[in-house]
Amino acid sequence: MTAEVAVLGVGMHPWGKWGRSFTEYGTAAALAALMDAGLDWPDVGSVVGADTVRGGYPGYVAGATFARALGWQGARVASVYAACASGAQAIATARAQILAGLADVVLVVGADAAPKGFFRPAGGDRPDDPDWLRFRLLGATNPAYFGLYARRRMAVHGDTLEDFALVKVKNAALGALNPYARYRKRVTAEEVAASAVVADPLRLLDICATSDGGAALVLCSMDFARRHGVARPVRIRAVSTVTPRFPNTLLDLPDIATDSAAAVEPPGETLRASIARTAYEEAGIGPEDLSLAEVYDLSTALELQWYEDLGLCGEGEGAKLLREGATAPGGRIPVNTSGGLASFGEAVPAQAIAQVCEVARQLRDAAGDRQVAGARVGITANQGLFGHGSSVIAVR
Amino acid sequence: MSRTRTPAVSGWFGGEGDRFRLLGTRCSSCACVFFPREDSHCRNPHCAGGTLEEVPLSRKGRIWSYTDSRYRPPSPYVSNPELPWEPYALIAVELESERIVVLGQAVPGVTVADLTVGMEVEVVPGVLDEDAETTWTTWHWRPTGVTA
Repeated sequence: MTAEVAVLGVGMHPWGKWGRSFTEYGTAAALAALMDAGLDWPDVGSVVGADTVRGGYPGYVAGATFARALGWQGARVASVYAACASGAQAIATARAQILAGLADVVLVVGADAAPKGFFRPAGGDRPDDPDWLRFRLLGATNPAYFGLYARRRMAVHGDTLEDFALVKVKNAALGALNPYARYRKRVTAEEVAASAVVADPLRLLDICATSDGGAALVLCSMDFARRHGVARPVRIRAVSTVTPRFPNTLLDLPDIATDSAAAVEPPGETLRASIARTAYEEAGIGPEDLSLAEVYDLSTALELQWYEDLGLCGEGEGAKLLREGATAPGGRIPVNTSGGLASFGEAVPAQAIAQVCEVARQLRDAAGDRQVAGARVGITANQGLFGHGSSVIAVR
Repeated sequence: MSRTRTPAVSGWFGGEGDRFRLLGTRCSSCACVFFPREDSHCRNPHCAGGTLEEVPLSRKGRIWSYTDSRYRPPSPYVSNPELPWEPYALIAVELESERIVVLGQAVPGVTVADLTVGMEVEVVPGVLDEDAETTWTTWHWRPTGVTA
C-alpha cells in the first residue's frame, strides 16, 4: 500500500458552452478549490495543469497558464497530457511530489473550451499520426468506436438498446440534481429512442457531448492537513496510470487495428480491467468495499462495460446489474452519482479531476440530493486514447 | 483526362483483383505480425528485435463488430460539402490466422442492415476519394455473399 495524500479542497466551474477561454474556467475552479480548502493561492507550493490541446500554446503549458492567471508567486510548476486521462496524470504528479516531500500543498487544475461537433485531429498532413490516419482513411470519429463497442456487446452479451437507454435515464436523473452539470433535465427512454442515430446502434442521447468546464483539487500531505486543523480529510489511497500490455487485443482509439495475438498470447485481462485491478491492489481494497463509482460513460454502452471491468459484476452481466437497480441511487453500488458524462459532456482535461471532486463531495457527506448514505470508499475510472489508464481511489 | 490511381496511404495494401491484399510486416525473430506495418522496431516487449519483413494478410475474415457514420466526419476525411451526406458502414474484421482485428470501410452500397457479427467478409480494392488529378485508393471490406 502506498502512503496517502489528503484532498483539502475541491472546486469546479459549471460545465456548458460558455464561449470563453479555458483559462477562465480553470482559474475559477482553482479559486473555488482554494476557498474550499481554506487556503490562499500563495500557500500553494506547486501547481500541476492538465493540458488542453485545443488552447494553443497556453493549453500546452496549462500549469504555467493557470499560475500566471492566478498571479505569479514562484510555485513549482508541471503540465501533463494524457488525453482523457490527463487529470489523473496531474493528480498522480501532485501526489508524487507530496509523497516525495517536494511540496506540502499542490493545486491540480484542468479546464477545456470545446469546439462544436466531432473532435478532430490537429491540422496539417501527418500520415505517420494514427489519429490523423483514422480520420483521413476511415472517417472514424470517436462515436464510431463507441458504436463498434456497443454492437459488439449486443452480439456477445445480448445487451439491448433499451439497456443502453436506461443508463442515460439513470444518469440524467442524477445530473438534474447537480448544479455543475451542463444538462439538468431528466430524460425518458422514449426520448433516447427518438433521438437521431449517430453511429449505429448508438443515438445522440447515448453519446456524450463535448463541453466547456473546469475542475480543481487542492491536495496536501497528511501532516499538513492535521496542522491545518482537518482531522478526517478525504484521502487519496491509489492512483492507477497503467498502460496496456502487448498484445493489446481490444480495438482502441485511435487505432485502425489491434495488435496481433498470433505469436504472443494476450494478457488475461484488458487494459480497462488492469486499470481497476492496479488501483484496488494499491489501495488494498476490492470492489466489494466500494460505496460508489464514477466511470467514463463516453457512451451509455461503455458505462455497462466499466461495471464489468471494475469487478462490480461478472463479464457480460453489466446490463443485468443496471436493470436490478444496483447502480442507481439507493442501490448496492451507485455509479455516476454526478450524472456522469451523459449530464456533463466531456471537458477533456477537467473530466478526470471532476470525477474526483464528486467522489470527495460524497465522502464528505456534502453531495446534497445526490448523497450516497454513509459513503466511505469511492473509485473513479477512465481511459485516455493512445493507451492511458486512469483510476483514483479515495477513502474517508 | 484520366486520373492517376494512388494509394491514400503508402505500403498498406497492394495487388490487383483477386490478388489484392492488406500488407503488414512480420518480425523475423518472434514472428509477430504488425498492421499497420511497423518498419523500424518490433513492438513485442519480450523480443530482442529482428528484421521486419513485408507480409500479406489473410484475404478473408469475420466481422468482430460494425457501425456507420450518419454524420459527415470532419477533415482530414474528404467529402464534397455540396452533396448530401451518404452514410457508409465501418467494419472491424478479425483475421483468424493473424489473430488481429482490422477496421475498414464497407464497399459502397453495403449498409449496417446487411451485416451481422461473425459474418465472413473479404478485402477488396476501393476508392477513398478523387480530386482533379488523382483517384486515391484504399481497402474495403465486402461480405463474401455479395458480388460487386
